[in-house]
Amino acid sequence: MSWPSARRSGAGRPEREYEKVAAPKKGRSASAQSKPGRSLALILIAIVGLTAGMFATGDTTPRLGIDLAGGTSITLRAETEPGQGSAINKTNMDTAVEIMNRRVNGLGVSEAEVQTEGSRNIIVNIPKGTDSKEARAQVGTTAKLYFRPVLSTEPSGQAATPTPSAGMSTAPGGKPTEKATDKGNPSASASPSDSTGPSASSTTQGRAASGALKADASPSASTPPSPSGDAAAGKLQQQYTKLDCTKEKVRADTGKGTKPSDTTLACGKNAQGQWQKYILGPAEVDGTDVKKAQAVFSTQTGAGWTVTMNFTGKGSDKFASITGKLAKNQSPQNQFAIVLDGEVVSDPYVRQALTGGSAEISGNFDQESAQSLANMLSYGALPLTFKEDSVSTVSPALGTDQLQAGLIAGAIGLALVVLYLVIYYRGLALIAVASLLVSAALTYVIMSLLGPAIGFALNLPAVCGAIVAIGITADSFIVYFERVRDEIREGRTLRPAVERAWPRARRTILVSDFVSFLAAAVLFVVTVGKVQGFAFTLGLTTLLDVVVVFLFTKPLLTILARGKFFGGGHSWSGLDPKRLGVQPPLRRTRRTSAPLETKEA
Amino acid sequence: MSKLGNLGARLHHGEIGYDFVGNRKIWYAVSILITITAIVGLAVRGLNMGIEFQGGAVFNTPKTSVSVAKAQAYAEEASGHDAIVQKLGNGDSTPLRIQISGIDTSQADKVSAQLAKDLGVAEKDVTGELVGPSWGEQIANKAWQGLGIFLVLVVIYLAIAFEWRMAIAAFIALIHDITITVGIYALVGFEVTPGTVIGLLTILGYSLYDTVVVFDSLKEQTKDITKQTRWTYSEIANRSINSTLVRSINTTVVALLPVAGLLFIGGGFLGAGMLNDISLSLFVGLAAGAYSSIFIATPLVADLKELEPQMKALKKRILAKRAQAAAAGPAGSVPAGDDSFDDDPEDAAAVVGPRSQTASRNRGRGRPSGKRR
Repeated sequence: MSWPSARRSGAGRPEREYEKVAAPKKGRSASAQSKPGRSLALILIAIVGLTAGMFATGDTTPRLGIDLAGGTSITLRAETEPGQGSAINKTNMDTAVEIMNRRVNGLGVSEAEVQTEGSRNIIVNIPKGTDSKEARAQVGTTAKLYFRPVLSTEPSGQAATPTPSAGMSTAPGGKPTEKATDKGNPSASASPSDSTGPSASSTTQGRAASGALKADASPSASTPPSPSGDAAAGKLQQQYTKLDCTKEKVRADTGKGTKPSDTTLACGKNAQGQWQKYILGPAEVDGTDVKKAQAVFSTQTGAGWTVTMNFTGKGSDKFASITGKLAKNQSPQNQFAIVLDGEVVSDPYVRQALTGGSAEISGNFDQESAQSLANMLSYGALPLTFKEDSVSTVSPALGTDQLQAGLIAGAIGLALVVLYLVIYYRGLALIAVASLLVSAALTYVIMSLLGPAIGFALNLPAVCGAIVAIGITADSFIVYFERVRDEIREGRTLRPAVERAWPRARRTILVSDFVSFLAAAVLFVVTVGKVQGFAFTLGLTTLLDVVVVFLFTKPLLTILARGKFFGGGHSWSGLDPKRLGVQPPLRRTRRTSAPLETKEA
Repeated sequence: MSKLGNLGARLHHGEIGYDFVGNRKIWYAVSILITITAIVGLAVRGLNMGIEFQGGAVFNTPKTSVSVAKAQAYAEEASGHDAIVQKLGNGDSTPLRIQISGIDTSQADKVSAQLAKDLGVAEKDVTGELVGPSWGEQIANKAWQGLGIFLVLVVIYLAIAFEWRMAIAAFIALIHDITITVGIYALVGFEVTPGTVIGLLTILGYSLYDTVVVFDSLKEQTKDITKQTRWTYSEIANRSINSTLVRSINTTVVALLPVAGLLFIGGGFLGAGMLNDISLSLFVGLAAGAYSSIFIATPLVADLKELEPQMKALKKRILAKRAQAAAAGPAGSVPAGDDSFDDDPEDAAAVVGPRSQTASRNRGRGRPSGKRR
């Protein structure tokens, strides 16, 4: 923008002389109003563009937070074992989030979101319509990974009908993860683990395969040995018969509250994506015994993706002993189940005792499923436990109430501000209100867009932030209007007053908005949870305030100052010199500029 | 309005004005008194920390006609801890808010189920918030941390944008605001919740915002102050306050109005909760902030500034000159003679004016239009 032209357009005829005097010093100040129409067009295009974008994405309302939409929000805090403070790092937290996600979304809640917050918190947001208790049970419990010997297993529910894979019992290689379903044709997997048996220290036997084996072979295999007395075993056996793993509710309750040292029931998905039920012996190896687990693409053996585990010293011994025992058994009792949170995530069988302190699980993995299993194994090794720090449940009705209250409060606040502005600034209030509306429109649209873009959710504190921001935004206008009025009080006519007031008002607005933005930014970076939502809105609206004042309020006033109503100082314009207390002799600028020039000389 | 407008004009022209700087000792005393009261209140009564900071549970029930006393009895029986029950709204059948401190998150489920049974409502309709004690601690720690970082950054920023004296004065004013707000919370016994903390942290920004606007005007008017001999720093500071007074009042009113709306709705409509907590602390803090930026921050800058040898010398010169003028003739001649003493007419324009009846310009930084006589 070039200021010489600005001077020409900005200064009216009667003020010409005066402007010439002032311009050399105030050159830059004139730049903003050089093309007020252009600024206005710019911001209108921005609004239209953003609105179009909003409709294009289909998110025409801001995403609502749990406290407004209803639902449950759980904050978990990572805790380390003593002396392992460094365990709270990004990798570990991300693994934990992944596991946690798996857990909640395993509930059939597709919308649940799990995210880290700050360095040591995980937030789980579960929208309305889900049993919050169950959800809490899922995330609230400490994740526990155990290796348990399989005592008995068979497909559960309708899956009990022999699957097509029944005949392929000799071809292990099912995949332990749900995702494997579509590729999980055990018959097609040419049992790489079998062929490379000696090199692979342990192999996965797909659950379908093992189940099929059981179905084909003797039913007696399903009778588990009774490790804890006949009565208990009998009861367990009964429960086992009744157990229907296809039911979500049943799954959630299965194995609840069992101690690692107990024999227990469990469910897990097999390669076909069917639920399989298990009776599992006492845990022999702990998740914490796993030092490291990773997905490896093994080229030499041709086994494809495998998962390798390294055990700690203690873990190696335990693992050697369990595998030694299991290797002697018949299927399915030569399998051990890797149980995460009561759910069997993998059930490889064992061919021989594994004493080296490391093991490899091979099977029909692809990269994703191998990685996923490795992560789960690592999770067990994470030296983190998660504590429920806060749980907040909001019924949809209460959420709606709160949203309504917030909106009403905002409307009342806005109405009061408008009223005050109209009383005090009269016609100028029109500009202020228009600017507030532009600001509000921009805020709304941007919030709507940020929902899908960065997962921004409007919560109650954010609504508060927006309401408080009304004040901050309106203040920018006040600063500017007061400056304009000061200029008029000094005898200037409106048009030069508008231009001259701007550079000083602009500086004040920038300085004070900067402080406000700084506060919001610091709050956003440092704090957690609700405070963050508040800070975000405050920062956003402060930025928008600057944009609106520069691109809307100022150009609008420049344009209107040319009109008769404002320019002529109508008594309702809020810029009437008489009302502003300008002494009559000073009203005509000609007289002002005359002494002015003499002074300069 | 016209009266207000005139007031603005007269303030602007310096026809009227309150001697904020001259009376600063009174206001310092008032502030010190308030601050001491606040600190004593804080020490003696302590803060009424909400369950978010102590750990515990808040349950919201759907509409029920069970009385508060009865609900309290139920809640205490169910949890074995003290409970506070509030009615949200008016009428026979209202939602209840039941606060139970000190219960564990794991315990809360049972309590909630029991409560639902006692109150005769469906269990899933009893919603609430369960908070472990460390969560509040974490929020509070983060808030303190944020406060610290913010203060450091702001002091640095103000020291660069203005000068270190202003930074210090703003800092003191800010501490003053926070102390007062916290003190009021302690004395009145309002509950401190994360919402309160949010409000308190916002005050930081707001209080400074106000202060910064006054400082901005002060900086503008004291530019090249040493080149004139008519006004001391304190006098100019005082005029800065007066000339931005209308803006300060308007800003505060406009900031308080939406907050008042929040407070009204939060308190009257919802009964309690986040809206109420935020707006309450904001309301108290904003009022304190407006007060401190006018009565404390700027006079403090003036005090600090007057300690400078340069300013001391200036003051001496001015006083000497005035004494001379007074001796020479009637007081009215002082403003009349100002031009001859000015080294630079422009700079004089920036500082001239408040006492001269004919309203000579005082806002014309860098522009010679100021004098007309």
